[in-house]
Amino acid sequence: MSVETIAGRDIQLNEEGFLTDPSQWNEEVAVELAHREGIDALSDRHWEVIRFMRSEYETKGSGPSVRMLGKTSGVSIKELYQLFPKGPAKLAAKIAGIPKPRGCI
Amino acid sequence: MGDTIEKVSIIISKGSLEGIYPGLIMANGARAEGIEANLFFTFFGLDAIHAKRLSHIKVAAVGNPGMHMASLIGVLPGMSAIATRMMEKKMEDFDIPGIPEFMEMIADTGCGLYACKASVDLFGFAKEDFIPQVHDIITVGEFYGIAAGGEIIFT
Repeated sequence: MSVETIAGRDIQLNEEGFLTDPSQWNEEVAVELAHREGIDALSDRHWEVIRFMRSEYETKGSGPSVRMLGKTSGVSIKELYQLFPKGPAKLAAKIAGIPKPRGCI
Repeated sequence: MGDTIEKVSIIISKGSLEGIYPGLIMANGARAEGIEANLFFTFFGLDAIHAKRLSHIKVAAVGNPGMHMASLIGVLPGMSAIATRMMEKKMEDFDIPGIPEFMEMIADTGCGLYACKASVDLFGFAKEDFIPQVHDIITVGEFYGIAAGGEIIFT
């Protein structure tokens, strides 16, 4: 675990770079986390997925799998991979400041 | 950062439910981690991409010690279908899609799907027999070309 300054705030991250405390997240933090993952500009579609991840986490306690994202977020699996080429569920969770989803599917 | 896997090519050579799923789960899981993935279907594994067969993939009820059931019972008509239905029900409960949906999903993740030319010729299949997501029918040499620089997993 480490503490890093992201968007002017001290944020706690785990070894994989996920926020350990989702309440430390805000939109500026998301923008900088996205930058670090090679996403230079977050489009409306990115934000749709990021907000969906956060609301799923808040209601269910964990982020959805890629399959669930494809079925329920309104963004298809094909587009999810275009938006987050390095793995939609994993990357969107990281940028949304929630823990990494642990499903195998 | 330590060692990372950047690319995997997974060969599926069996046509039973338990022979097909592990390769699909590994390919899909690779893409979910941002790892480049390719699937190569050979021999009976071709059933997984065969348009008319992929909805009818069954668990082996005979000669499968994992079933914990005497093979003598497994030979009864319909046993394989019953075992398959039970397995599919269980998998749906755990958010594992059926093979047709899984194949579509894996193609959507950007995983490459390829059929083995030798097996396609052997079984008398053609490109039209397969689901449209199959990129190409390729030789083993071409497979090695596609797999170059990554890990190869045989299932």
